[in-house]
Amino acid sequence: MASVYSPGLKVVAKTNVHKERRLPMLGDVHVKKGDVVKAEQVVASTYLPGNVTPLNLANQLGCDPKEINDFLKKKTGDNVEKGEMIAETPGILGFFKTRINAPIGGLVETISTVTGQVIFREPPIPVEVLSYVDGEIEEVYPGEGVRVLTTASYIQGIFGIGPEVIGPLEIVAKNAAEVLDAPAIISAHIGKIIVGGSLVTAEALRKAVDCKVKGIVVGGIDAQDLKEFLGYDLGVAITGTEDKGITVVITEGFGKIEMAQKTFDLLVSCKGRKTSINGATQIRAGVIRPEVVIPLPGEKVGKEEVLKLGMAVGGMVRIIREPRFGEVAKIVSLPEKPQMIPTEAKVRVVEIQLLKSGEKFVLPRANVEIIEE
Amino acid sequence: MGIDIEKIQSILATDCGSTTTKAILIEKRDGEFRLIVRGEAPTTVEAPVEDVTRGVMNAVSEVQEIVGRPLLTEDGSALVKPRQGDRGVDLYVSTSSAGGGLQMMVAGVVKSMSGESATRAALGAGAIVMDVIATNDGRLPYQKIQRIRQLRPDMILLSGGVDGGTTSHVAELAEIISAANPKARLGAGYELPVLYAGNKDARDLIKERLEGKVALELTDNLRPTMEKENLMPARHKIQELFLEHVMSHAPGYPRLMEMAKPVDIMPTPGAVGDIMQLISKKKGLNVLGVDIGGATTDVFSVFQGIYNKTVSANYGMSYSISNVFAEAGMENIMRWVPFDLDERDLRNRVKNKMIRPTSIPSMVEELIVEQACAREALRLSFDQHKALAVGLKGVQQERSIGDVFDQSMTGETLVSLKALDMLIGSGGVLSHAPRRQQGAMMMIDSFMPEWVTQITVDSIFMMPQLGVLAKVHEAAAMSVFEKDCLIYLGTCIAPTGTLKYGQPALEVTVTMPDGKVETRKFAMGELSVLPLGFDAKGNPLFAKAVIKPSRGLDMGCGDGQPLETQLCGGVCGLIFDTRGRPFSLPKETSERLRLLQLWNKAMDMYPPR
Repeated sequence: MASVYSPGLKVVAKTNVHKERRLPMLGDVHVKKGDVVKAEQVVASTYLPGNVTPLNLANQLGCDPKEINDFLKKKTGDNVEKGEMIAETPGILGFFKTRINAPIGGLVETISTVTGQVIFREPPIPVEVLSYVDGEIEEVYPGEGVRVLTTASYIQGIFGIGPEVIGPLEIVAKNAAEVLDAPAIISAHIGKIIVGGSLVTAEALRKAVDCKVKGIVVGGIDAQDLKEFLGYDLGVAITGTEDKGITVVITEGFGKIEMAQKTFDLLVSCKGRKTSINGATQIRAGVIRPEVVIPLPGEKVGKEEVLKLGMAVGGMVRIIREPRFGEVAKIVSLPEKPQMIPTEAKVRVVEIQLLKSGEKFVLPRANVEIIEE
Repeated sequence: MGIDIEKIQSILATDCGSTTTKAILIEKRDGEFRLIVRGEAPTTVEAPVEDVTRGVMNAVSEVQEIVGRPLLTEDGSALVKPRQGDRGVDLYVSTSSAGGGLQMMVAGVVKSMSGESATRAALGAGAIVMDVIATNDGRLPYQKIQRIRQLRPDMILLSGGVDGGTTSHVAELAEIISAANPKARLGAGYELPVLYAGNKDARDLIKERLEGKVALELTDNLRPTMEKENLMPARHKIQELFLEHVMSHAPGYPRLMEMAKPVDIMPTPGAVGDIMQLISKKKGLNVLGVDIGGATTDVFSVFQGIYNKTVSANYGMSYSISNVFAEAGMENIMRWVPFDLDERDLRNRVKNKMIRPTSIPSMVEELIVEQACAREALRLSFDQHKALAVGLKGVQQERSIGDVFDQSMTGETLVSLKALDMLIGSGGVLSHAPRRQQGAMMMIDSFMPEWVTQITVDSIFMMPQLGVLAKVHEAAAMSVFEKDCLIYLGTCIAPTGTLKYGQPALEVTVTMPDGKVETRKFAMGELSVLPLGFDAKGNPLFAKAVIKPSRGLDMGCGDGQPLETQLCGGVCGLIFDTRGRPFSLPKETSERLRLLQLWNKAMDMYPPR
């Protein structure tokens, strides 16, 4: 039968993390299978074709497109310098000549005698791909990139902003419920990835940027604060390219939500370790969640257990919607038939018992996510 | 096609959506085709199971479990077709929007002319239009080139110029596409299909510029003259290319296409559009349909036989809900909520729905807020539709003396709420609303139908499957559509014009099917229901009505003039809406809340909070 539940985000103390590091187009791979690599190391590089700039020469010269070759000083494939004269009309008795200069430096890619257009291409743009995590090259895709293997502690966030960053992990919050506020961020946090509890405030975010903190891992963020920080309201959750000087990984959701104890404890146990985080999130078909990867040098994982993605009585879940958003509970029963909930919708439900208060609740299965043990 | 229609007794139809694959089993029982059961399973186009047919088999397994007879082979790996005794089905058809559907860019010389025609052709074929590149779109050529590179469409439609007209502009667009050297989104290493449907005299120029760089295809000009739009050849070619190039590179699709042979797989919105057109033609009605999903909202209309479709790519109820909030604004969402809510709290709730899209409201307050967002998503999508469903622009119009006082511009919207006969709603938030009144009111509040309009919903969202089935077996598709798919909610009766709330608005005399006569008076600013349901066979009842509006209001016969008509019943009945057209809610919060609560009570919208 089809199931309705959220499988939950991955929080594991030790696992094999495989990272595909691919170039956007064919290029050179600088490492070989079995090489030990550092996160900051360039593993592959290439050149992207330069941007193109069209110029309607016929319009500029005031001639018919068919005639442009009569005035052009360059041909297809020639190199040009920015500002170099590329075409000239004979003028009248040597006077009143019209001269056209190259708008960019690069090469002449095409010349069209139908539209009168000349297309220039800028020099190629170098692109480098870093390893992103400390590890070992597991696979080389010739000309395309590599797969890096690392044994690491791994935490999937629910939402994030900002690109990949690497830095030592620092625990700032005393517990999973503590709010990360501006005074807690100090100059000693420069270049580090810091861990908060239930919420990061707007002031703390700004202070972190001022203090050149590389990244923040925290339970929640207020949607209004995020809007103010980004300078726009995030419409569709496709992030990772924000250039705000910091990467943020949210582990629970929007609002003040205590970080799951398991996540917090794992982060605390990794204090001081070199950590790689990525805020990139895409909530669409082919979902991408932000992540925290903390390599464990010298450690190995044997055969990994296949996670069972099913709900079972006695299993742990987290509530992912009001009421009691964020609380952790134990599954008491899984009624087979759909039941009517207060909205009058008939849905499949789960009976749970809250860990903190012991209260029992019935909720739609869609509103809990499994905490993977 | 090699299908013997007469022999078909059992049909399986699937729709592979971006998150769920839905299967329905249709069988001939007592001489008519009826929906027997439905099943669903998660769509499987992502790792670890990159094969769409796995999801299809899972959904079919659910169907066979419920129906109690085998449809698959014993090892569950294939569908049995044709039927062998009690095992299998006679026909299998499918639609798909998995992997984000068909994502296209279109290019035209003049944005409001060939650009718009090309957009209509692409949308009509079931595509999402990511951007329109035009010579006069205000962007510099290098910006257009960058945009093409960035978006990585599945296909580009290039058009421009009337036959025999100038060729240089469309050649320039081809040069831009060539310079961008676009790569396909799916299946690295295969060439991106570019369809040329412009000035036929420019074909050689286009070939010179694009052949060898892209998979170039040529078809008839979609705007052969200024006065004529010829979209069908381009639409058919797009669907062909979609199957040949795009689908065949998506995981598992070659196998799915093999399973469905000899019937082609259709893009989901294309199939929904086909069934909408069929309904309009069969019933002789002007139809407006909407399908609101998690990520996108599609709007379809058929007015005077002209079909239009738009896809609002970023308006939806889960993935895109935050975008609805950002575009509509807090105030517009809150105007539908009959209680106060803290802005910060509301923003967090909306964003949490976005990041956990499968969660559902479990409290009445949350349901109300979600339905408020749905109203705005529908309204915004409808605004986009009205802007695109227009007559041809740039056409010289002949005018008679009678037109002197009614001069309309070329390119006016074809969507007329006054001429609208039937509104069809589809998609989770409408089809699965706990009370049918909620679905009806979401549609009424967002579309604001005028005069007399039937309101219906697709019971379980099976229009895509029926759309593709109609290509092969129209009778079976229509039978299931009428009996099992369409749920008649009732009729909305709304005069145009405004008076002060509380003043007399309508006097209505309704002669019920049993001969009983009901006379009602409605004041301005009311929402009221007169029950009119179904006959013993489940068909909606009709009642004769005389509706007399007060002076200052119109029911289609002129200011204050009575209308005699037939009204169609449904689950909700006859909904008299005298809130005014144009409709506006009071700015003052307490009065707005009072009215919303009053209307909700009159419609029996929600259980107590």
